[in-house]
Amino acid sequence: MKTNALHMVGAINEALRQEMTKDERVVVYGEDVGVDGGVFRVTDGLHAEFGDQRCFDSPLAESGIVGTAIGLAINGMRPVVEIQFSGFLFEAFAQIMCHAVRVRNRSRGRFSCPMVIRTPYSGGIKALEHHIESEEAYLAHLAGLKVVIPSTPFDAKGLLLAAIRDPDPVVFFEPKRLYRSFKQEVPEQDYIIPIGKAALVREGTDLTLIAYGAMIRECHEAAALAEKEGISCQIVDVRTISPIDRETIIAAVQSTGRAIIVQEAPKSFSVASEIMSFLYENLFQSLKAPIARVTGFDVVNPMARGEDLYLPNQSRVFQEIKKVMG
Amino acid sequence: MSIIDKYDPLKEQMVQILDQDGNHKEDMLPAEMTDEVVKEMYEKIWYVRLCNDRAFKMQRSGRLGTFASVKGHEACQLAVNLAIKETDWVIPYFREQAIMWDHGVPMENIYLYWKGNEWGSHIPEGVKCLPPSVPVGSQMLHAVGISWAAKMRGEDEIAATFFGDGATSEGDFHEAMNFAGVFKTGTIFICQNNQYAISVRRNAQTAAKTIAQKALAYGMPGVLVDGNDPFAMYAVTKEAAERARKGEGPTLIEAYLYRFDDHTTSDDASKYRDDSEVENWKPRDAVIRMQKYLAKKGLWSEKYQEELIESLKPKVEEMVKKIDEHPDTTVDDMFGYTFAELSPEQERQKEYLKKSLEQ
Repeated sequence: MKTNALHMVGAINEALRQEMTKDERVVVYGEDVGVDGGVFRVTDGLHAEFGDQRCFDSPLAESGIVGTAIGLAINGMRPVVEIQFSGFLFEAFAQIMCHAVRVRNRSRGRFSCPMVIRTPYSGGIKALEHHIESEEAYLAHLAGLKVVIPSTPFDAKGLLLAAIRDPDPVVFFEPKRLYRSFKQEVPEQDYIIPIGKAALVREGTDLTLIAYGAMIRECHEAAALAEKEGISCQIVDVRTISPIDRETIIAAVQSTGRAIIVQEAPKSFSVASEIMSFLYENLFQSLKAPIARVTGFDVVNPMARGEDLYLPNQSRVFQEIKKVMG
Repeated sequence: MSIIDKYDPLKEQMVQILDQDGNHKEDMLPAEMTDEVVKEMYEKIWYVRLCNDRAFKMQRSGRLGTFASVKGHEACQLAVNLAIKETDWVIPYFREQAIMWDHGVPMENIYLYWKGNEWGSHIPEGVKCLPPSVPVGSQMLHAVGISWAAKMRGEDEIAATFFGDGATSEGDFHEAMNFAGVFKTGTIFICQNNQYAISVRRNAQTAAKTIAQKALAYGMPGVLVDGNDPFAMYAVTKEAAERARKGEGPTLIEAYLYRFDDHTTSDDASKYRDDSEVENWKPRDAVIRMQKYLAKKGLWSEKYQEELIESLKPKVEEMVKKIDEHPDTTVDDMFGYTFAELSPEQERQKEYLKKSLEQ
């Protein structure tokens, strides 16, 4: 099997290119995604290769991008649209909430809305206000929507291919600090990583770290620190926020009896809150310690000069591991 | 010279072929408007109107939820449907009983939706019509996407979408018109300017003299049409459909008409408009002018009218029966259509509810 060392940007680009080659219903559009190849160069070269009928710039209008994609999806296309930064998803939120996620249910299956909204997301690169936030909880609350967040180039390619082929709408959050932070061997061939499945990405026996996106790397580093102190941590990469893979997460925590959930988003009413809830509902009797959370804070996401105060990091995760282990 | 080119929305020129006295401009009368066609449309208006009135009674007796009356919009909608093909798309807002039905959605489905049952929006296979869209103006973008998809796939399909005067204040109106203009989609935008957005008058929505003129800013033609004149609506929509089909892009049609009833069954229009205003509009109703037109040709009489109403009554009651008899939402209905395949948690919740209901 031939592989190439790719950044996440390259892996996503490869997934788009391969699926556009394979399925002529796939069209890619958004702000600056055409000639410019996107502000993060995720769509680099697609306009040149496929022409302006398949990959093109749209007017600067997020509701317009998503709303027209809904129409395209209803009428037989497979739109993959980009919202330039996830902070601008809210301009399109009404179209997502009132329409994209309801097309199938509203029409009792007569129509469906197979589309992907890709968007660079979350913090860690000292970007501008509205370019650093973590919005997954807003989206995960919508029945009828799938929410995916990859943590590696390999996962990004397989999850994006699964998202484009999914019969229902998917929001695909791309942690922008991972775009070019490391390379990984990514198979050239076509493969999918199923949506709705979490993955055990580090074996361990004492404690389960549950995270996704850019926080997976912080967890790996914290687990390495813990190992030096004789604490064995396993890590579950949630990968799909909604529908979340309860089975894998519960089984993992059952095996260790201890859990810490790590996310960048604010603590309250969050994905971590939901994971904590179903862990308690299912494992209350078998837990060896209270479940803990390492998260952003219930404040407005600080801009660049305060970002390090806000974002969870290996140090905060490691401190929490020691606390939970008592 | 086409009608669309001839009438300038900036000069508030309104296309009218049939006036309120039933007189018509012979040189502009579309050839397709044969006596038979006019009579059939007249009869359809009455069916739609009787269903609407019957649904109103059902709502008042608690057998139907809130709905928006179509009265005063029927001729406009039926004329549009006559000007497009069965294979074209209709994307309504929520006052389109006439065109939805005429385009192939059973009337009982339309009111079943207003009874609160999603099965009403299970549009029959092959019928290219979306369910009602309650968030004002949001559906216009879907119409752009649908007609754009047809263009990409090389299909001979265009889309006609409806919205009110209030919707033109929404951001999605701007974004839809703009996308349609930029990508030259085969979209016909039909603004049923019925003078009110619930209680707010048209002149409070925009300082523009006409809604039609807004089209010019998006690089497409806009034309103001007497919306109570089915001949004018047909002629203009036909031109817009030809433009769309030839790849010449979208058109905005402002159908100038009047909402004879309250906004919905939950509204009381007497709080914000005088009866005299409604009375002034009544003679302009399409059904009156069509009646006069037919009478002049010896095709209408009181006896014909009585027979028509009598013949429609059983059809209306048939609709009522189907609505009343339709089973209410089941647990399987509620869960079954969120995704193509339910998540394990949704399956668990479904089973939980079923068990809970058995106790």
